[in-house]
Amino acid sequence: MSNYNPNTPSQQAEMLATIGVSSIEELFKVIPQELKAKSFDIPKGMSEFEMLDKINSLASANSKDITFFIGGSFYDHYIPAAVDHLANRSEFYTAYTPYQPECSQGTLQALYEYQTAICRLTGMEVSNASLYDGATALAEAALMAIRITGRNRLILDDCVNPIYKRVLETYLANHDVELITLEPLNFSLNKEAAIKELNNNSAAIIVQTPNFFGSIDNLKDIAAKAHENGALLINSVYPVSLGLLATPAEMGVDIVVGDGQSLGNPLSFGGPAFGFIATSKKHIRNIPGRVVGETVDKEGRRGFVLTLQAREQHIKRHKATSNICSNQSLCALRGLIFLSLIGKEGFVEMARQNRNRAEYAKSLLSRVKGVSIEDSVPTFNEFVLKLPKSASEVTAALLKKGIAAGVPLGSYYKGMDNYLLVTVTEKRTKKEIELLAEELGRTLV
Amino acid sequence: MELIFEQSVKGRKGVSFPVDNTSEAAPLPKELLREEKAELPELSELDVVRHFTKLSRLNFSVDTNFYPLGSCTMKYNAKGFEEAAKLFAPFHPMLSMLPEGEKLSQGSLELIFETEKLLAEITGMDAVTLQPMAGAHGEMTGCMLIAAYHKAKENKKKYVIVPDSSHGTNPASAAMVGYEIITIPTAAYGDMDLDAFKATLNNEVAAIMMTCPNTLGLFNPYVKEICDLAHSVDALVYYDGANLNAIMGKVRPGDIGFDVIHLNLHKTFGTPHGSGGPGSGPVGVKESLVKFFPSPRVKKNGDSSFSIAKEDKSSIGSVSNFFGNFGVIVKAYAYILQLGREGLIEASEQAVLNANYIMSRLKEYYDLPYNQICMHECVFSASRQMESGIHAIDIAKYLIDRKIHPPTVYFPLIVKEAIMIEPTETESKETMDNFIEIMIEAAKLAESDPDILRQAPLKTPVSRLDETKAAREQNVCCVL
Repeated sequence: MSNYNPNTPSQQAEMLATIGVSSIEELFKVIPQELKAKSFDIPKGMSEFEMLDKINSLASANSKDITFFIGGSFYDHYIPAAVDHLANRSEFYTAYTPYQPECSQGTLQALYEYQTAICRLTGMEVSNASLYDGATALAEAALMAIRITGRNRLILDDCVNPIYKRVLETYLANHDVELITLEPLNFSLNKEAAIKELNNNSAAIIVQTPNFFGSIDNLKDIAAKAHENGALLINSVYPVSLGLLATPAEMGVDIVVGDGQSLGNPLSFGGPAFGFIATSKKHIRNIPGRVVGETVDKEGRRGFVLTLQAREQHIKRHKATSNICSNQSLCALRGLIFLSLIGKEGFVEMARQNRNRAEYAKSLLSRVKGVSIEDSVPTFNEFVLKLPKSASEVTAALLKKGIAAGVPLGSYYKGMDNYLLVTVTEKRTKKEIELLAEELGRTLV
Repeated sequence: MELIFEQSVKGRKGVSFPVDNTSEAAPLPKELLREEKAELPELSELDVVRHFTKLSRLNFSVDTNFYPLGSCTMKYNAKGFEEAAKLFAPFHPMLSMLPEGEKLSQGSLELIFETEKLLAEITGMDAVTLQPMAGAHGEMTGCMLIAAYHKAKENKKKYVIVPDSSHGTNPASAAMVGYEIITIPTAAYGDMDLDAFKATLNNEVAAIMMTCPNTLGLFNPYVKEICDLAHSVDALVYYDGANLNAIMGKVRPGDIGFDVIHLNLHKTFGTPHGSGGPGSGPVGVKESLVKFFPSPRVKKNGDSSFSIAKEDKSSIGSVSNFFGNFGVIVKAYAYILQLGREGLIEASEQAVLNANYIMSRLKEYYDLPYNQICMHECVFSASRQMESGIHAIDIAKYLIDRKIHPPTVYFPLIVKEAIMIEPTETESKETMDNFIEIMIEAAKLAESDPDILRQAPLKTPVSRLDETKAAREQNVCCVL
């Protein structure tokens, strides 16, 4: 057992004498006897070696040899080695929230740079220093829109990731909010229906690009319509797509959110990664969570601090813009390091490769007998296949061959049992894509 | 230091991608494309490595400095736990949700199941969910469970009670779930005023949220009575686990009568704070609330395999993407395995010993508003130093010059000029003695040469920063 308590028995005795008690037990005397723990049935401790052995055996009980064509907000992207090395500097990972700026400039400058990177990706003016994940970021954006507009009707495109939708509904369950859901039309936002739903109590329209089916919508007209009605447009985005796609700012979006896992964070069975939120400057006081700002010190040197803290829970308590305190700083830092390493051209190349490889897969898979594709909708690196039989069955069969072929949509949407959502990232080789097509063909015979 | 964006050199390349040997896809319609490339920096790998290495060296951290930040439990984060978490980096969460995918994710599912079981035993609760991503997220989830409980019973509830010494997240989290907040003052004995509580409690109270030991580091001797009183009007009692590090193996909130609890794995269970996150905020509940838990839930089958349970129709839904901050959970599991029963008990004992040692040695020099044995942290006031015009913040800044991360200052709000010290169990007597000497020195300087304190810090990359300017100018993004 290693417990990391350094003080020797003689040091402990010295300390007890200084305090003026005779035993450690005496320090706990204030706890009434009848409240003492009734049980504490925890196994005996072990050495680091045994601990790692045990956890390694659990990790080995997971299958390591799977080729991922699955996404759903977590994606199998390449992470340059330097990301791990830099983020694993313990000056970053063993620090706390930078409440004392003079001894936290490393974290603060990095978070300012992170906020800048998010703004440059999305075209927005301000970003916070991260939220928990993409799903909670979307929920926070919805609450933010309600605060800004003073209205309580939300219009949600059902093409938004169903997991996000579920988290949004959970967050809204105890609020007086009217949540309208729009049925997808041809795997895309039904714009006509969305516009029809707009009224003078509408806080926001909530959409995703590319949406859960991979489709890319042009949001310009819907943004204009929302604004005409005094509502905001909330857009959840897949950050990798922003290497190619029009920025949310160009589309007229008011609040942008998304999940940053694809920027330098491992899959790690779902976390930790980070959520991001960005908006225009006029909404800065309504943004949830921490924000880092630039300032100067007494000598006029540039420095960074947590700013606009009057929005936050430790000052405003129940009137805060959100209850969030700890965020996902280290994961946001990984995102920044990742973006810095791949750089301006690399970010475009990454997006290009994602789409290119996905288009290649689309063309191969659409030629598999019995398989068809909704060709009319432009997509980025995900697309929907229509199969001649249950997508669940097909997925299970392909898993046996080490291929996670996609996410069967029947688990999330009624009447879509034969539809499969396929994801292709820059890590998927031509050979792997060809093997997928081949094995899919075999499964369907 | 220059921003990374300011170091960019046009045409310089960092990491490259493999050659794409698929055929070039037809371009997307122009109106869907961005007009200009995102202005990310153009740098070599070495440029990036140097920049972030330099930045890291501007930070104080547990690995480089004593960090007695009260309420934050900045204990040492052992390196073996980091290694344990890396073992799970390649596993896709969605895989376990595919048909037959559970079979390929048995290790992850087992780890979740086992960690929940261990945390339930440590806290005396019936079940635990790991889905919340941080302490405040756990609080909000806990409040949602409370709301679901009352809704199911058709109880008409409106209020959540918090003591005025509570963390700001408590009222903020309850407000996120639509509750109105009632704040109860602290009595002279350092805990929530029991009479005021009794006078306030009514049938419309949904819950009371308590931190025990509270943010003054004191264990409330009336805690059982408070639980019983709350239950008499069908109000639930919420335990803010931020201070669990004081009581492992000594007291279990579930035994006392708490109904809902959240833990901060990044405080008590040895996982690092990551400059402000990721944390993990598991929630534990009593049996009557289990059915409201967020999904997905992991269950153990008769054949000892693990799977994702069919969702209970009473579930509140989901509070995050997948299974919570799984990588953080792995580290906490590793911590519990390694320390074991005796190690956890000893951690709490040593944490309490260390805090009392510092308190005893400093109380001659600083006012101690609640002068009694403390638990894992102690709260002083700089009110005596105020007489020479020195504030808690000046003492904090002086500590920075002496290479010590300051304690929490100005919290809890109920103590004027509060200085909240939490050494944790992993710090040696030598480290604490050095800190104590420097604190005594600061107290003396407050009388003899207060300007040194007022000007501090002088040995840092920047001196005191203009926070008003930051708030006024709102420069939160480097504009091109």
